[in-house]
Amino acid sequence: MGRTLAEKVWDDHVVRSHEGEPDLLFIDLHLIHEVTSPQAFDGLRMAGRPVRRPDLTLATEDHNIPTTDLDKPIADLVSRTQVETLRRNAEEFGVRLHPMGDIDQGIVHVVGPQLGLTQPGMTIVCGDSHTATHGAFGSIAFGIGTSEVEHVLATQTLSQAKPKMMAVEVTGELPEDSTAKDLILALIAQETTGGGQGYIVEYRGEAIRKLSMEARMTICNMSIEWGAKAGLIAPDQTTYDYLKGRPSAPTGAEWDAAVAYWDTLVSDDDAHFDKVVTIDASTVAPFVTWGTNPGQGVPLSASVPDPASFEDPIQREAAEKALTYMGLTAGTPMRDIKVDTVFVGSCTNGRIEDLRVAANIIKGRKVADDTRILVVPGSVRVRLQAEEEGLDVIFKDAGAEWRGAGCSMCLGMNPDQLAPGERSASTSNRNFEGRQGKGGRTHLVSPDVAIATGVLGHLASPADLPELAGA
Amino acid sequence: MEKFTSHTGVGIPLRRSNVDTDQIIPAHWLKKVTRDGFEGGLFEAWRKDPEFILNKSPYDKATVLVAGPDCGTGSSREHAVWALQNYGFKVVISSRFADIFRGNSGKAGLLAAQVDDKVVERLWEYLESNPGATVSVDLEARTVKAGEGPDAIEDSFTIDDYTRWRLLEGLDDIGITLSHADAIDAYESKRPGFKPATL
Ligand code: SF4
Repeated sequence: MGRTLAEKVWDDHVVRSHEGEPDLLFIDLHLIHEVTSPQAFDGLRMAGRPVRRPDLTLATEDHNIPTTDLDKPIADLVSRTQVETLRRNAEEFGVRLHPMGDIDQGIVHVVGPQLGLTQPGMTIVCGDSHTATHGAFGSIAFGIGTSEVEHVLATQTLSQAKPKMMAVEVTGELPEDSTAKDLILALIAQETTGGGQGYIVEYRGEAIRKLSMEARMTICNMSIEWGAKAGLIAPDQTTYDYLKGRPSAPTGAEWDAAVAYWDTLVSDDDAHFDKVVTIDASTVAPFVTWGTNPGQGVPLSASVPDPASFEDPIQREAAEKALTYMGLTAGTPMRDIKVDTVFVGSCTNGRIEDLRVAANIIKGRKVADDTRILVVPGSVRVRLQAEEEGLDVIFKDAGAEWRGAGCSMCLGMNPDQLAPGERSASTSNRNFEGRQGKGGRTHLVSPDVAIATGVLGHLASPADLPELAGA
Repeated sequence: MEKFTSHTGVGIPLRRSNVDTDQIIPAHWLKKVTRDGFEGGLFEAWRKDPEFILNKSPYDKATVLVAGPDCGTGSSREHAVWALQNYGFKVVISSRFADIFRGNSGKAGLLAAQVDDKVVERLWEYLESNPGATVSVDLEARTVKAGEGPDAIEDSFTIDDYTRWRLLEGLDDIGITLSHADAIDAYESKRPGFKPATL
């Protein structure tokens, strides 16, 4: 019988398989950042163990990094300790690190692909749940906890029970004013936050094939938000074109050998999926969340739902709690919700295409009074590329803030946080209570909706913007 | 890791689904570089409310947490497991766990016992009407018990065989894997040359 894409990649990484035990998988790339690694390095030190494969390990500083005053030491002492701990550990264990100020610094999931380290058919792990981003290249990529970080550092392997296989069939074509972010938000709302639990999901279909690599990363990035272990997309010419010429991409004969292998990375026609779900891309409209988990979303044209409309008592209760926390009343049109802060960035939507889209919409327009827009590039290279294209000037002219690279307001570990009660439209991936700052209220949106919202001061899409004079 | 065979302790009903790891331990606590001292941050936002159940005696002495479905969703932070353990929790019972949280629990020695929705509901009711009542969990037999008499709750829970074995034996994962170093060497020697390296 045929195999799925994920099964092929899985099988190619089995170091040891034994009845009744999880498989021992080899890990091709281990990404590290300052938050989930200190206790792992500590464990190694205590046991007198080295890092087995520093050459398959890469560290960046991202979660704590301030996005202003980059020339000064980090003001928050605890953040500084954590970053300094990573620097010491990287040095002691011989791990390559891209620290603050380095041209290759940035969010770990932006940096890997950008360096060409993320390639098809790999196993990639990181102590961060959005590692599935790398699945966009046809790799099995997933987040791990700190004990597992230590395990990979020490052995370059992980024991893993094989998840079930799911196919997400994306039929039809995305309408012109809808984005990959809208598609994944709509899918999560359809399947709920637990729908992908226990599965590796493969996103497939014409609409997926048409997406750029960056849009595919946006999709795979949010796999964890509906509970999936990992999400991936079969590699194709779009993948190869993105990779070719990147610093860590193979060259010459190695490139040809790699492509010959990558070409085999598709699910066979007779592969068996344990579950198949379908979503019609042509019905996907700009999508926004109203609640405190990523599954609580509706089209922008809809209204805040009435908790009583949920049949499932657990969902109903969750909706009630969410509305209280979010300060929303059932029946309010989503477009009437006033927003204080707009955040464009994160490993979901902080890449150059996202910034281009955002700049294109805001060009010639102004940020609404009482609203602020923060634009935080996903990496230093994204920032430099944007500046070369003059995007920074467009943002600044419009009254948006142009910042240094990092996770920033995605999780508010650095000073970029929402105040209690403050409401954001955010291109990031989590709208949990307090995620962007204590008491902060988050609506997840695409970059397009984010910018239109920043210009009008309430949730909106670019179609709502008045025509520019002379345009 | 300490061996885990069974545990009996005060149960706390947490009537919530989607107890995500940001709620269990908020991000600003993740700046610590040690594995202990997270108990103060456990459910920090919810504990601001004096009515939050963990603030109330005798639930504040609980060692068995009973939560709704999709427990431990969200961020991969293992700190969530440490925070629960630092506070004193030995067992978390839920009708569905997020994968990463379940994995992290097994690694750190916190028992994540999955039971039927109905069992969660019955435990909630029992613990709410009997504050300070205990819940017993037997990993050997995979059973959870609470109460006595005709209304006693007794049911089985699921946990994968491998995690159960490791918990029962108190085994360190890295040690187990390094005993297969030959297999790792053999795999490494046949990796294709086009795979990327960072150094
Ligand atoms: S941008 Fe947000 S989701 Fe992505 S790695 Fe950083 S904190 Fe995690």
